[in-house]
Amino acid sequence: MDPFWFLVLTSLAKTLVLLGIILGLVSYTVLAERKVSAFIQDRVGPNRTGPLGLVQPVADALKLLLKENFIPAHVNKFYYYIAPKLSMIPPILVLAVLPFGSSLFGVPMVIADINIGVLFVFAVTSLGVYGVVLAGWASNSKFPFLGGIRSSSQMISYELSMGLSVIPVFLIIGTLNLPDIVDYQRQHGWLIAPFWPQGLGWQQFASFDVPAIVAAFAAGISLERFLLWIPLVISFFVFVVAVFAETNRMPFDLPEAEQELVGGYHTEYSGMGFALFFLGEYAAMIAGSGIIVTLFLGGWSLPLVPDGSAEGWMGVFWGLVNIGTFFAKVSALLFFMIWVRWTLPRFRYDQLMKLGWYFFFELALANIFIAALVLMIFNQRQPA
Amino acid sequence: MAIAVSRPKLNIAEKLYLPAIFSGLVITIKHFLKTLGGQAPVTMQYPEQRWDKELPEHYRGAPTLVKDEWGRERCVACQLCEFICPPRAITIHPEEIPPTDKFAKVEKRPKEFEIDMIRCIYCGLCQEVCPEQAIFLRKDYSIVGLTRDEMKHDKHKLYELGGVMPGVVNKWNDKK
Repeated sequence: MDPFWFLVLTSLAKTLVLLGIILGLVSYTVLAERKVSAFIQDRVGPNRTGPLGLVQPVADALKLLLKENFIPAHVNKFYYYIAPKLSMIPPILVLAVLPFGSSLFGVPMVIADINIGVLFVFAVTSLGVYGVVLAGWASNSKFPFLGGIRSSSQMISYELSMGLSVIPVFLIIGTLNLPDIVDYQRQHGWLIAPFWPQGLGWQQFASFDVPAIVAAFAAGISLERFLLWIPLVISFFVFVVAVFAETNRMPFDLPEAEQELVGGYHTEYSGMGFALFFLGEYAAMIAGSGIIVTLFLGGWSLPLVPDGSAEGWMGVFWGLVNIGTFFAKVSALLFFMIWVRWTLPRFRYDQLMKLGWYFFFELALANIFIAALVLMIFNQRQPA
Repeated sequence: MAIAVSRPKLNIAEKLYLPAIFSGLVITIKHFLKTLGGQAPVTMQYPEQRWDKELPEHYRGAPTLVKDEWGRERCVACQLCEFICPPRAITIHPEEIPPTDKFAKVEKRPKEFEIDMIRCIYCGLCQEVCPEQAIFLRKDYSIVGLTRDEMKHDKHKLYELGGVMPGVVNKWNDKK
């Protein structure tokens, strides 16, 4: 086949399949949120629709589709219409650059393999704030307005620490290309624990040569790696907190803050408008988890699990395993986000700003210099 | 007078919040796993599981009319319940018992006895005020209907819910 049409068709197929998976994951994350919150509070949660309540997302979707889309008379119509779409689009765009698997039938499992992947992610996620701000402003009502203001200041504050916190990752790896970042982590271990000895594969384990295996592991542990581990753990911590703040999750859900602001920025929305905000929020959670997984938790890789490059059905099998690994990691992070939400109380607004500007911003900034110092002392930059 | 409340001195662990966050996460995951394993006491699944058997003797459910052991309706239409009812849920139209009737000596009975269950507040004053022990709050609590008319319990419905209850008011016995 003509390589151009091959690229177009495979990209289209990947896009459609990924979009389907993500939308399914979004609706089931909502169910998971309700179930996990119920279990944490010693309740049962939705259990009427289908076995164990598993058809609940379908019922929810039907309800939201059939509801009247009520538009108050006092809103600014154009921006009121456009705001929910603007909050749904960015998280879905982010998925285009995330490598969600190694390869299937020789086709790399990333929709857009671009060299500025991480920059693209930051550029697009920062657009997410427009949906919230426009909704708050166009609703022409005080509670959404307050929600929109809070959201814009919060997102701007945490975007800084988010961007700065990943710079040590690029200092160490030396690339912005997300598939390359995953490849690096396959060889050197996940960035959250970068001690995997280079080149150690399942062949060594299959040989049961214990001294050789121990020696291989010992080779992976060096003073430099230990020292680099410190800035990476700080990076991970700051980045995860920033993702929580960017996705408006507890303990940073001030834009919604239903106890104070009724519903926050989406108070005046009903029916599908509200549903789009709701889905956008969960899609942003999935996109954020995907970025964390790709940058710090090794993406689709698992130690000792080969990628999908092998010939024949073994390659397909391992390719599917890699895709499953990615989504399993994302799901684990989503569970963590839900878990945190039902544990922590909300920050007060001034505490949130203080934390962002006085603590995380400085921490992320200092962290860059720590990483740079360690790399300078050992005077080498690992090739990508 | 202004009272200065001294803030507690926090140590470094408390200032960092992280230990507190961690212990909070441990608590919630314990509850999660406990409920997941089916060990935590959870909400009763209402329509299937009910608490009817454990309802206490003094439970105040829907008010009903009762008949005595000879099949006489015990209400004599004195209308005391109608007058005391705080939300005015009870409406009674009395009538004279025809002379041909077996219980003609009682003289009066309700022609219509209606309780609007949308208005009823289950206070039990009607039961308390009744000199004839004719109206009782029984244990029915799930009173539902699709229309307002359906929620009005008429005489027939009230006797159906109430049934027969032997009582200690026997002053009519010799007049039967």
